[in-house]
Amino acid sequence: MRNIWTIAQREFRLYFSTPIAYMVAFMILLVLGFIFYVNLSAAMLQGFAPGMDAVLNPLVTLMLFGVPAITMRLIADEQRMGTIELLLTAPVRDYELVVGKWLGGFLFLLTLIAVTLIFPFVLNKLVDPGIDQGPLLTGYLGLILLSAALVAIGVAVSALFSNQIAAFFATLGVLLVLWLIGMPAQAMGSVGGGLLSYLDFSNHFYETLYRGVIDLADVVYYLSVTALALFLGTMVIEIRRWR
Amino acid sequence: MIQVVGLTKDYGLRRAIEDLTFDAEKGEILGFLGPNGAGKTTTMRILCGFMPPTSGEARVAGFDVVDQSLEVRRRVGYVPETVPLYPDMTVYDYLKFMADLRHLKDAEERVDNVLEVVRMEERADGYIANLSKGMRQRVGLAQALLHEPEVLILDEPTIGLDPAQIRDVRNLIQELGKERTVLLSTHILSEAQQVCDRVLIINKGRIVTEDSPEQLQARLTGAQRVVIKVQGDTDGLQDLVQRIPGVTAVNGNADGDFEVEIAPGKDLRPEVARALVSADYELLEMRSVGLSLEDIFLELTREEPAPPEVTDQDEEE
Repeated sequence: MRNIWTIAQREFRLYFSTPIAYMVAFMILLVLGFIFYVNLSAAMLQGFAPGMDAVLNPLVTLMLFGVPAITMRLIADEQRMGTIELLLTAPVRDYELVVGKWLGGFLFLLTLIAVTLIFPFVLNKLVDPGIDQGPLLTGYLGLILLSAALVAIGVAVSALFSNQIAAFFATLGVLLVLWLIGMPAQAMGSVGGGLLSYLDFSNHFYETLYRGVIDLADVVYYLSVTALALFLGTMVIEIRRWR
Repeated sequence: MIQVVGLTKDYGLRRAIEDLTFDAEKGEILGFLGPNGAGKTTTMRILCGFMPPTSGEARVAGFDVVDQSLEVRRRVGYVPETVPLYPDMTVYDYLKFMADLRHLKDAEERVDNVLEVVRMEERADGYIANLSKGMRQRVGLAQALLHEPEVLILDEPTIGLDPAQIRDVRNLIQELGKERTVLLSTHILSEAQQVCDRVLIINKGRIVTEDSPEQLQARLTGAQRVVIKVQGDTDGLQDLVQRIPGVTAVNGNADGDFEVEIAPGKDLRPEVARALVSADYELLEMRSVGLSLEDIFLELTREEPAPPEVTDQDEEE
């Protein structure tokens, strides 16, 4: 446990000394701010009260692209620099390494998400008597669960590569597939369609948490994806040893 | 401290090391001498728990490297050949990080202590990216000393250093080797001779020979080997040749030929031929061949490798 925290701390601190992390944060917050402003103006012109969707919707989409950039470095860079050899010959278990990396990335993403809390704060000031607090809470709960799963996938993919760019695109690919896998479901129908829409990353967010509903199934889904990805990441490290 | 029995490692179809057996005592500096690609790094990586062997067994400080990997890793200090470090950390932060991973109680104190041992106190707050190769080597060594390990494994500790730095590192290793077991690899014969108590020569994944540096030197200089081929009956030939003064060994080889090792400084071929003919052996062929050690020796005595290897890290800096 202690090793996980030691590794996570190092990763978390490192984000604040790497340009990539700042650029991702800058990109997400800038685009988010812009869309927020547009949504707000539209709402004012057309005379309806803006809700949390003005923030959550674009933020989730941006995360799909931002997370691979945040996680691509985590293990791939250790492999490129050879420092993985130090970690694997220190008395650290393989899963502690993977979970520590995940925790570092997850905490950074949470920090980023925490900054976006400024938007609902503004909304609450603008809209009288304030926006619906339910979807706000569940929406952010959803974001946290989603981040955990996205970062875990990013870490697992990063373990496969010793090249950050390769890790970035592979992670992006996996995330987009998981995000869109539910789309053919309607056409397919029956069991196959059901399975696909269950696997779909976005369904578990947009159908419930986004709308203010907490369904245990969704919580379990995201937590299982996180656990499975971290397990696979550990397996990758283990297999690399045996190669 | 280190016991290795029948260690073999395959990378896919390529066999990196084959059936290595050796051991190292407490307080001994054991040198691993061999040309590049001989399997030195592979062996060291197995010993420090980085990867498991394909077959065979290795115990370090009494623990099995596969089944008790964590125990082994707690007791071994390892410096890989490329000395991988985090360029974006300061020397102090890096050492503190490694100390924390090892759960050292007085981590700060230990870091200060090892910085002193490798004489890097003044650069403690500098970023690793800005260090010279020699300093990086010392930081790598400091990291390996943090937990006061019983066994130190150093892969090519002097590669890429300038002569003054090489001398420093060698002195440091000798100092450290007084109370610990040190396993170091090198492809430089003179280095092994200067630093090590005992040397293993390894080539193409096999141990070629094992001796003290002094003995090795004596064996390597000028020894001559002659292969003789005899038709028909060979009974008694071995004894006969053995009795010639100056012959150190006679061994039959797989083809039915005999290999005669001759002490340095003499050419005994005429004597050997005369003895064989007068004893009615039908001598077909006699040729002088280099001692198999000599080929390796030649590789090893090329003091410095030609161009320094460019690694990823170097490019990045």
